[in-house]
Amino acid sequence: MSLAVFNLPDVGEGLTEAEIVSWKVAAGDQVSVNQVICEIETAKSIVELPCPFAGTIEKLFAKEGDTVLVGTPIISVQAEGNILVAGPATSSIPIITESDTMHEAVADVASSVASDETKPNLVGYGSAGHGATRRKRSGAVAAASLASSIPTATSAVPSALSGDVIAKPPIRKLAKDLNVDLSKVVSTGPAGEITREDVVNAATQASVFRNLTTPAIPSEREERIPVKGVRKAIATAMVQSAFTAPHVSIFVDVDATRTMEYVKRLKASTDFAGVKVTPLLLMAKAMMWAVRRNPTVNSTWTDKEIIVHNFVNFGVAAATPRGLIVPNIKDADQMSMLELARQLELLAATAREGKTTPEDMKDGTITITNIGVFGVDTGTPILNPGQVAIVALGSIRPKPWVVNNEIVIRQVTTIGATFDHRVVDGDVASRFVQDVASVIEEPALLLD
Amino acid sequence: MTTSAGRVPQVQMLSPDGVFEVPSEYAHYGKYIEKLTLDDFLKFYRDMARIRRFDNECTALQRQGQMGLWVPAVGQEAAQIGSGYAVGKNDHMFPSYREHGVAITHGIDLMSIIKMMRGVNHGGWNPEETRFHLYAIVLGTQVLHAAGYAMGVNFDGNVGTGDPEVDQAVITYFGDGATAEGDVSEALLFAAVNKSPLVFFCQNNQWAISSPVSAQTVVPLYLRGEGFGVPGIQVDGNDVLACYAVTAKHMDDARNGLGPSLIEALTYRVGAHTTSDDPSKYRPQEETDYWIARDPITRFEKFLRRQGVGDEFFQEVAQAGDDLATQIREATFAMPNPPLENIFKHVYTDPHPLVQEQQAWLENYESSFEEDSK
Ligand SMILES: Cc1ncc(C[n+]2csc(CCOP(=O)(O)OP(=O)(O)O)c2C)c(N)n1
Repeated sequence: MSLAVFNLPDVGEGLTEAEIVSWKVAAGDQVSVNQVICEIETAKSIVELPCPFAGTIEKLFAKEGDTVLVGTPIISVQAEGNILVAGPATSSIPIITESDTMHEAVADVASSVASDETKPNLVGYGSAGHGATRRKRSGAVAAASLASSIPTATSAVPSALSGDVIAKPPIRKLAKDLNVDLSKVVSTGPAGEITREDVVNAATQASVFRNLTTPAIPSEREERIPVKGVRKAIATAMVQSAFTAPHVSIFVDVDATRTMEYVKRLKASTDFAGVKVTPLLLMAKAMMWAVRRNPTVNSTWTDKEIIVHNFVNFGVAAATPRGLIVPNIKDADQMSMLELARQLELLAATAREGKTTPEDMKDGTITITNIGVFGVDTGTPILNPGQVAIVALGSIRPKPWVVNNEIVIRQVTTIGATFDHRVVDGDVASRFVQDVASVIEEPALLLD
Repeated sequence: MTTSAGRVPQVQMLSPDGVFEVPSEYAHYGKYIEKLTLDDFLKFYRDMARIRRFDNECTALQRQGQMGLWVPAVGQEAAQIGSGYAVGKNDHMFPSYREHGVAITHGIDLMSIIKMMRGVNHGGWNPEETRFHLYAIVLGTQVLHAAGYAMGVNFDGNVGTGDPEVDQAVITYFGDGATAEGDVSEALLFAAVNKSPLVFFCQNNQWAISSPVSAQTVVPLYLRGEGFGVPGIQVDGNDVLACYAVTAKHMDDARNGLGPSLIEALTYRVGAHTTSDDPSKYRPQEETDYWIARDPITRFEKFLRRQGVGDEFFQEVAQAGDDLATQIREATFAMPNPPLENIFKHVYTDPHPLVQEQQAWLENYESSFEEDSK
């Protein structure tokens, strides 16, 4: 004889509690395996609980009408013979917090057989309750340290001996375009298939270049593209801006070597793992720092008054397949470096997918345009209507730079900016651009 | 299930009282029963009873916290055992998630199914060896997989050669609810235009969780394939002999190069959709009682008793069921939790940095709990 305790199991998927509707047994009763001991009501249904043990009931831990948390004892039995003890399957599935999405995905492996109905009373996840079975975290929980990535080279498997080659249709097309005979290519794919690299390696240098030839001149002498949609909106906004706000542009060259090093270090830090870090992030931070020191560049002209914004809705010009759009990150000045990096990445991804909403584009206060990604050094950007400053970040590349009267190679870029002269005069404009430049030259200034 | 023309024609061989009779228009199906012996009949019964006992034990085990979920097949045993035994030694089966009965006719270890429902693995049997493919949870996907496999059989030329060692057919199982998925229509079309050796076996158990079959179709489901060029037939899904005969004939036709067909086995899901479901919330008890009275196992028992099979056999089967229940109960309680790394093991064939990162994160997270570090 030994005492066996039956804890309330999760009879649904993710239920946390149940009410004891009725007991079918009492202390002192004999029970057999699978004999119904009680009826319980969960968020989904009333179910009968079968007893896992045979023996004499020693104690009922709850009264009818009591609500019991999953994982707490409901009955103990002086069990006969061999009792089966093991943690219930569900105890190995930790109850998860809603934000713990990563873990949720893991727990899903266990409940992947679940049906995914939305009617909570029939199937699917039950109501979130107190979570009595939530396991306790130990005090010193290390910040989720992510092991550094260990890419492993895939072993090269020589292609099959037979004449048949394995290659996906796009690879076959590439081979055709590059004049590569696939049967002569050495394949390195794990299943013996020919990869893109294999084809490129096999192509003669000349044919790779031939693939990039200039398109032929179209036979028509002119092409007429209707002005509509995004193109039209861009045109209207640009004309309105250019002919109402008197634009003034200024430029400064700057040594961005330290910024590039800083970007590299951020990329390597575990906190930033999985987050895209680019010089644009530092530029955004630099601009926000410079705005704080020169607040009028972050304002709006209304003819009657100048509204100086004490927050920054940071606009980023984005080239999308549908044209140029300028979504902004709301209250970007309140964000940590990490948060800002995430938001920049999100903004770009949303724009690329064409999912930017009008809300995303409303109420911007200052803008950056990253023309460097197109390989140009600088430009004279046109203001986003309603704003008084826009900054252009040019390409950053190694160039000769004079340090202590010597020419050295540094990572150099040009910062260009345009201002609305009704609001911003030359002195403030220059100070603002100088401030941005000094952060790019020495990112440590951000620590002040 | 009636049309404006009245009752749907249905292949039935056993009356609810267990009287065997093949109507003359179904003589081509009746031939398949003539080839069976009493031993085959006993085997059918044994397996139906075995899977019923297994099923009930699994529901209890779920209620005792030993499985995340259980998907009962109670009431559908004749459709599953009958059709399962009609699948030949080269044929492939693509099940949904409720086909425990089909599984045992092809030697699937019942513990593998428990492991899956416990969240220990994703099936654990090798479809290349068993020809019984893994359970598909996403409705209708397996039907496309089957259509693709059957096209492969076409390409290999393993159909219509007349050589029983070579010819192959494919069968796929799906529910009435799944027929509303585009996947099933796509598969019907592909099978038809490729004249693939594929039998579509729809177990119409009349409910898709809480949606009745009337919400899935206005035309009887066996007619669903007609427009695609896939002929259909309805069979009494609670008649194990009719299910066997009809499936055997259509699998033969498929192997012989006559193309795909659709079988609708009209049956009833007597239990809940899964252990997370409470059918009393959406269907009247009288409906369930009506079908319990047409239980496929009881009907076959009546047939066997008419053949002179006595109490001794039925007692022996009941005892074997209880032994099986004890055995799986013990094995389930003793089942260790799999190592955490299994979750990540088969995501990619080669090591993958992101997966490694996630695994490290999870291990770190798991080791941060007080109770477990003791
Ligand atoms: C694509 C997809 N949609 C929805 C679900 C959720 N779901 C799981 S089972 C089910 C009902 C299926 O009914 P049926 O096809 O009749 O099969 P049965 O469960 O009755 O055997 C639903 C809607 C799912 N698993 N996959």
